Amino acid sequence: MKTTEDTSTAGRGGDVRLTGIGKTYGSFTAVHPLDLTVPQGSFFALLGASGCGKTTTLRMIAGLEEPTSGTVHLGDQDVTALPPYKRPVNTVFQSYALFPHLDIFENVAFGLRRRGIRSVKKQVGEMLELVQLGEQARKKPHQLSGGQQQRVAVARALINHPKVLLLDEPLGALDLKLRRQMQLELKRIQTEVGITFVHVTHDQEEAMTMADTVAVMNAGRVEQLGSPADLYENPRTTFVANFLGTSNLIEAEVDSASGGELTLKAGGGKLVLPEARNSAATTTGGRVLVGVRPEKISLTHADDAGEIPGGRNRITGRIADSSFIGVSTQFVVDSPVCAGFEVYVQNIDRDVRLVPGAEVVLHWNPAHTFGLDAGQSLLAGTVGSAGVGTVEEEVAR
Amino acid sequence: MPFINWLKRRLVVIAGLATLAYLLLPNVVVTVFSFNNPKGRFNYEWQEFSTEAWRDPCGVSGLCGSLTLSLRIALWATLGATVLGTMIAFALVRYRFRARGAVNSLIFLPMAMPEVVMAASLLTLFLNMGAQLGFWTILIAHIMFCLSFVVVAVKARVMSMDPRLEQAAQDLYAGPVQTFLRVTLPIAAPGIAAGALLAFALSFDDFIITNFNAGSTVTFPMFVWGSAQRGTPVQINVIGTAMFVIAVLLVLVSMAVGNRRNRRKA
Repeated sequence: MKTTEDTSTAGRGGDVRLTGIGKTYGSFTAVHPLDLTVPQGSFFALLGASGCGKTTTLRMIAGLEEPTSGTVHLGDQDVTALPPYKRPVNTVFQSYALFPHLDIFENVAFGLRRRGIRSVKKQVGEMLELVQLGEQARKKPHQLSGGQQQRVAVARALINHPKVLLLDEPLGALDLKLRRQMQLELKRIQTEVGITFVHVTHDQEEAMTMADTVAVMNAGRVEQLGSPADLYENPRTTFVANFLGTSNLIEAEVDSASGGELTLKAGGGKLVLPEARNSAATTTGGRVLVGVRPEKISLTHADDAGEIPGGRNRITGRIADSSFIGVSTQFVVDSPVCAGFEVYVQNIDRDVRLVPGAEVVLHWNPAHTFGLDAGQSLLAGTVGSAGVGTVEEEVAR
Repeated sequence: MPFINWLKRRLVVIAGLATLAYLLLPNVVVTVFSFNNPKGRFNYEWQEFSTEAWRDPCGVSGLCGSLTLSLRIALWATLGATVLGTMIAFALVRYRFRARGAVNSLIFLPMAMPEVVMAASLLTLFLNMGAQLGFWTILIAHIMFCLSFVVVAVKARVMSMDPRLEQAAQDLYAGPVQTFLRVTLPIAAPGIAAGALLAFALSFDDFIITNFNAGSTVTFPMFVWGSAQRGTPVQINVIGTAMFVIAVLLVLVSMAVGNRRNRRKA
């Protein structure tokens, strides 16, 4: 793979620019016109529940789906009108789509041969070494395990030195352990070859582990785009807040604003929200959703409430449930402002008084609070909610 | 009781062998009687061993001519039915068009219709069109009734084919023609081959439809039928045995080739 830099991916040739690209099937809008730029050499993930339009977007980059509107650029080249076999882009398909009548060697050599390259032996050999399948060259795809087939699919695409490698749920068919292993493997390969990867997945953990930049898609739109840490720490919609990890969301009323901080009223108590972390348009007396991640919260027994330092956001409640999972304990706390508050506490010094029924104070650094527009569903993006399970129906309507 | 136990353990094998014997017994009779030297014109009673018929298989006038004709018709009918049937199967599976459902069920009609009825109606059609009965009318009729079988065989194969395979080929720089030749066709090939074999067998031994639409032309099945009225020459058994042997040899060779290829690749 030493040849990569001096061939097709040199310069900015690997940028993917989608401009106003959209796809409708009859009256159904699979992808609302969207603009997206994937920089050369990055590992980019399109994350969303099934039916959110992420695969359609990927297929429009590959040329397997014709966009209803907009253009696709690879570097400076407009490829919108090019058929898939003329685009310098290769795809790792969901369930791999290896050619069953060809052996592994011929599967990997397929792209080279179609471009009229005669001596493929050395390149195919090197590529099979890269994915650690040198010994399997003469086997048929069905004789390999799922993980091996997956690696063949990657090798078959990568050998062509595409400007962009598209991965459509490539790890979906693997079991959890193998999936973790392949995530690291794919990341290693991407770093090694330096090709732009666009990865479609519904697994938020997978997207966060592998990608430099994640675009969260919902109902045919990009909800938010950013680095995994940015998306996690600063979600701007309830969908993102719930789809990536878990969020506690509280309905609150804006009391006053001063010095870059908003003071909010929630169930008789006061909460502070840095204005920079608020994505809702707020006016005094207006409503806002306050969010905080479960691991940012500290749990103190009500008897020790006096020891909590000042300047922290506080909420009182009662432990409804607790489950010990080794590295941490997950509590569910019922409070007047929000039933079912989730709190993850690291098991450093366990307080034996924190059992179901105990009165507690939840407190956290106001800097970890985020504010969201109150006009959205609190449950968007949670598992089994409208937001995730019924995206297709929502879009269809 | 050891015998009962022995029987129990081998019941499947014994049943299998018995079924095979049942299937193959007629072939054995044909083969044995191809070495007969019958008295009189009928080859129904064993007299004595002779290889005379094997040394002169074309010794009966008209036999080899009818055989060649049947082979010619079968080959062309197979070609025609396979090409058309494959295209129909692809169209039915891949494309959504008006009346697709109707075509889908109508294509099975020739299989369900009694052959005599089809033969008679075809004859009516040909006569009304003023067609000259002979090679061409037989060929047209054969292609027609073989078509449905080819469609069924190919359709099953094409339906089970993952459309992503062709997309993958396109993604890997194969244009439409290359995709078809390198991916679609090889994967559909077993279905197409099955359809073609079926078509050949059906066409080669068809009697009823051929008899109605042949005019004065005589195919091999018609020759056998005709000679059975007047006496059956041993040569018919010879041809029958030879065809059986050739078919078995073809199967064995293809199995050996397949086995060796697999062993080499593994």
